[in-house]
Amino acid sequence: MLHADLLPRDTTVRLIDENGTVVADAHYALPDTDTLVRAYRGLVEGRRINDQAGALVRQGRLAVYPSSHGQEACQVGASMAIGDADWLFPTYRDSVAVIARGVEPADALVLLKGDWHSGYDVRAHRVAPQTTPLATQLLHAVGFAQAAKHRGEDTVVLALCGDGATSEGDFHEAMNFAAVFHVPVVFFVQNNEFAISVPLSRQTAAPSLAHKAIGYGMPGQRVDGNDVAAVLAVLGAAVDRARSGGGPSLVEAHTYRMQAHTNADDDTRYREREEVQAWVARDPLVRLRAHLTGIGALDDEVDAQFAAGAETIAAAMRAALNTDTDLDPEDLFRFVTETRSPQLEEQWTLLRGEIERGQLDATQTAPIATGGHR
Amino acid sequence: MTIAHDDIRLTDRSEREVATLSMAAALNLALADAIEHDPDVVVFGEDVGALGGVFRITDGLTARFGEDRCFDTPLAESGIVGTAVGMAMNGMRPVVELQFDAFALPAFEQVVSHVAKLGNRTRGGMRMPMVIRIPFGGGIGGVEHHCDSSEAYYAHTPGLTVVSPSTPQDAYSLLRAAIASPDPVIFLEPKKLYWTKGEVDTTVTAALGSARIARDGTDVTLLAYGASVALALEVADAAAAEGRSVQVVDVRSLSPFDDATVTAAVRSTGRAVVIAEAPGYASVASEIQARVFERCFEFLAAPVRKVTGFDVPYAPPKLEHWYLPDVDRVLDAIDTLHWDEDA
Repeated sequence: MLHADLLPRDTTVRLIDENGTVVADAHYALPDTDTLVRAYRGLVEGRRINDQAGALVRQGRLAVYPSSHGQEACQVGASMAIGDADWLFPTYRDSVAVIARGVEPADALVLLKGDWHSGYDVRAHRVAPQTTPLATQLLHAVGFAQAAKHRGEDTVVLALCGDGATSEGDFHEAMNFAAVFHVPVVFFVQNNEFAISVPLSRQTAAPSLAHKAIGYGMPGQRVDGNDVAAVLAVLGAAVDRARSGGGPSLVEAHTYRMQAHTNADDDTRYREREEVQAWVARDPLVRLRAHLTGIGALDDEVDAQFAAGAETIAAAMRAALNTDTDLDPEDLFRFVTETRSPQLEEQWTLLRGEIERGQLDATQTAPIATGGHR
Repeated sequence: MTIAHDDIRLTDRSEREVATLSMAAALNLALADAIEHDPDVVVFGEDVGALGGVFRITDGLTARFGEDRCFDTPLAESGIVGTAVGMAMNGMRPVVELQFDAFALPAFEQVVSHVAKLGNRTRGGMRMPMVIRIPFGGGIGGVEHHCDSSEAYYAHTPGLTVVSPSTPQDAYSLLRAAIASPDPVIFLEPKKLYWTKGEVDTTVTAALGSARIARDGTDVTLLAYGASVALALEVADAAAAEGRSVQVVDVRSLSPFDDATVTAAVRSTGRAVVIAEAPGYASVASEIQARVFERCFEFLAAPVRKVTGFDVPYAPPKLEHWYLPDVDRVLDAIDTLHWDEDA
């Protein structure tokens, strides 16, 4: 591969523009209509899940929710770009991608609900636990893919991170290891312009985040992160390349975080409303709806069906999160190590005694705080 | 009380093999036997391939087993540990080498936030069967960042098993147990003892979580681990010449801690001194001292003392002999243990 082939384009890959019009591209084909209709349905559900989770924070049912409102094309694209046998390594902002992979919304939100640190069966869904420390999971993705390669499996690992994570040392180490060991990993950066309050210009002086790839000897590409067709096409090509032994690659999606970092964040302190408003016109749902309606693949009736389906998901989220789960105090000790040490056995005996004497309520859960967190 | 991984069959050898080996050679043999025994075991790190590691612990493994099983990585400790996490998530048993204590620190986030926690976070869905080997401690005249004792950071982290061998036999047996463990193990190798020799029987097992009585004695118990065990045994010889019978317990497992063995030992003598190289403040030695006080108070003839490194950054090579606990410093501590009251 020529060095120049590792460089991303000067502009993002885009297949459907903001008006819903198809843009011809010499290298990336528009996904077929059925795929785009499925993606549209995923966007509708993803938007509803984001909005419902926000409401649940305001009701005190979730401690915090990092919204991906406006980034649903990246979330749904990430979920659809890999096969059932592949693995997804998500971050805390990627709940919609996790749910799109088949995890029940209530299970995906256990971390934010406060019942436990991760709430789904990682192996059943082939979705790694969502990580909160930035960029650390990228190394796990690389090691996971190394193990798959070691055993001769054709698993591809798709690792997600945001623009802030690209400043971390582990981002660099993960890119470097992946390229040196030539493992089947696709790094997908959702550049949404802010790391909490710090803008992209303070994260990097590079022409784009995708340009970093050439420094590791892997190809990088930039994609319009609000165009799910382009996300699917570019990620699909990267996944195919990884599966066929072509090694890792880096895809940067240009998108925008429409809401504050979390409920604890005041985004009026670091960005103008006009800037946020400008991105409304680039909404991923609106443009795909315009395209699909224009070609006759979507009508009001189907759109209403999708909306009703999303409403059912939201209702299930409300029901599940408005129900307090029975929590078992022994869970504190149960999973620390496979074999419980004598010290942990003593400590569990202490706690159990306190509960049995009525000093602590065995069933009542503590109220969650819904402010002041990252 | 022990944490049982001692019932694993450690070797495929049809007959027991006994040889006199240095600790370095015993560790090498343990790695080779583990790689041979279990196809999921891989060894990697910086310089572990052609060079065989800066201390030659991995000598010959790549030549014998191939690059698939023992390989060099880019120079990046977080990368080494972080990719090991991913491999363990996907069913392998990585054994990584971090070259020196202080060079392990870039990997600290991976160790604390992921290695130690992933089994718990996933409610046992993803265990972390991995070993992080770290050449540990001083006494070799090494320059800055090569001789620190970082055990308290790891022992303070729930989810990690932390062990340190002090004999070639334990080096072999504990490393095999560590690799066989379903939980992550921080394996601290006392650099100063790499070249000491002893008999190694490949069928002998050592349980993680268990202490070892290194020498019997009746008057005072010395509690030590790693290179300090060798010092404690020297002290015992010197004290014997003065007519005192010194028991030495090799604590061996810093977490989990073998309270049963240590408590029984100290109760049998009624006096105890804890010896460790690390700075003493907020240290593993402090924790051992506190545990002994809690469990043995009514059996004690004197306060439990500790002899540790000073609370200063690890000493430059030419000052190291002033920093490290030595025979006289420990003997002086023993002398303070209220002997007159016995008369």
